[in-house]
Amino acid sequence: MKTFEFVRPADAAAAVGSAAKARTAQQGADVRFVAGGTTLLDLMKLNVETPDRLIDINRLLLDTVEATPDGGLKIGATVRNANLAQHATVQRDYAVLAQALLAGASAQLRNMATTAGNLLQRTRCMYFRDTAMPCNKREPGSGCPAITGSNRSLAILGTSDHCIATNPSDMCVAMAALEATIHVQGPNGARSITIADFHLLPGSTPDRETVLEPGDLITHVTLPPPRAGSRQVYLKLRDRASYEFALASAAVVISVSGGNVTHARIALGGVGTKPWRSPEAEGALVGQPADAAHFRSAAEAALRDAKPQTENAFKVELATRCLTHALHMAATS
Amino acid sequence: MPDDPRPGPPDPTRRKFLYTTGGSAAAAVIATYATSTPDAAAQRSSSEPIAEGPVIEGAVPITLRINGKDRQLRVDPRATLLDCLRETVVLTGTKKGCDHGQCGACTVHVNGQRVNSCLTLAVMHDGEEITTIEGIGTPDAMHPMQQAFVRCDAYQCGYCTSGQIMSAVALLKEPCGPDDAAVRELMSGNICRCGAYPNIVTAIQQVRKNA
Repeated sequence: MKTFEFVRPADAAAAVGSAAKARTAQQGADVRFVAGGTTLLDLMKLNVETPDRLIDINRLLLDTVEATPDGGLKIGATVRNANLAQHATVQRDYAVLAQALLAGASAQLRNMATTAGNLLQRTRCMYFRDTAMPCNKREPGSGCPAITGSNRSLAILGTSDHCIATNPSDMCVAMAALEATIHVQGPNGARSITIADFHLLPGSTPDRETVLEPGDLITHVTLPPPRAGSRQVYLKLRDRASYEFALASAAVVISVSGGNVTHARIALGGVGTKPWRSPEAEGALVGQPADAAHFRSAAEAALRDAKPQTENAFKVELATRCLTHALHMAATS
Repeated sequence: MPDDPRPGPPDPTRRKFLYTTGGSAAAAVIATYATSTPDAAAQRSSSEPIAEGPVIEGAVPITLRINGKDRQLRVDPRATLLDCLRETVVLTGTKKGCDHGQCGACTVHVNGQRVNSCLTLAVMHDGEEITTIEGIGTPDAMHPMQQAFVRCDAYQCGYCTSGQIMSAVALLKEPCGPDDAAVRELMSGNICRCGAYPNIVTAIQQVRKNA
């Protein structure tokens, strides 16, 4: 691991100031905030991340979960995944989020990993993690061996000729379906970004994964008020029963009235280069009967633009069945 | 080994041997740094506690409360909590398996919560409470979970065992359903390559039922 300066700022403003001079907030950043460290230290040991300065934000008092005046929820940046999953309001009103969090990682990692850190979780693509290999995300312009190589676990939605790396997060998939907003404090003040706009498609710049700029500190995430009577499910399919990344997952928030779907928010995990909200599936559901045939056609709509890689054509059908079954689970819950 | 013909001091364990020779090698390095900071030791007031740890450029002073005892330490900012515990504090019950948060052998408790000590920096825990396998029981007074692991034969090679036990002890205070499946799910972050899982689940369930 490269040497670095370890800094513990007194408050969020000092943290932002300390990071503002960084060259970039993206891959290759010379300054990184650290909270749980479960992604960052892993990648620093691999020399994929090589910051000169590490800013510890664990003591900035960003670890509370509070109700918002509009009836929503405010989740601090350093709230641990385990605490968020067990929070009574999350369990009652945002069950899809609790389920997604508990489907991720292990009990130990959930005690460490944080809300903000999970928003910035990095891909598990083996080429990205191996500095002996080319990777456009790690070293722009060096190429993408995954496209012709080992890509069974990689993305089929949102890919480009430059990168097919999967976003590995479960939490972000649930937050996409819940339409979360991410709040950032930066050198020029505070701003908020919808989760749909927060992560970027790889395009020709896969090293750039989010809209964050140098000095931008995620302070908290807000969820809108829960939709009364909505049914929520997170379903994750993987190679083993626990402690594994998704091959395909689905976050479903639907309302059913008189046998018809009246509202739907759908997102997929394990298949996209970013947490994959599907307006196609939502459009195919709303106003239609809540039955197996319509669930299947909505799921097919979500995967219509899928581009399977050489080793993962199975993901198209797996993700389709995953979403179909998640819709069935939600409708019958 | 009673038939071992080799001469030597009584019962020199391999680990003690390594630390002895390692210490000699380190002494030379320390001397190099010491010459660049003349009389650093002499300038230290006699009441100032002497920190444990390597004398290296950029080392940071921290205090960890380890198994109920405050330890003043000097750590390289890069040192993980795991390496700090094993190499600086010389509590080697906590094991290094994968060093990437994938196996759970390094599980310890920080402020009562189980974590992978390989994926967190020691310097991030200044002032915090660390509990290792050495802190929950002794050979003469084992923790009920340690007793259950022995009783149920919940290990083979033993390398993952301290991490398994630290996870299992933490699990007792976490939300966990009553059945074996719930235990397996909450223990999935601890890999056992010998495959002692059935007996590990049995041991944990025995302790939970007697709690």
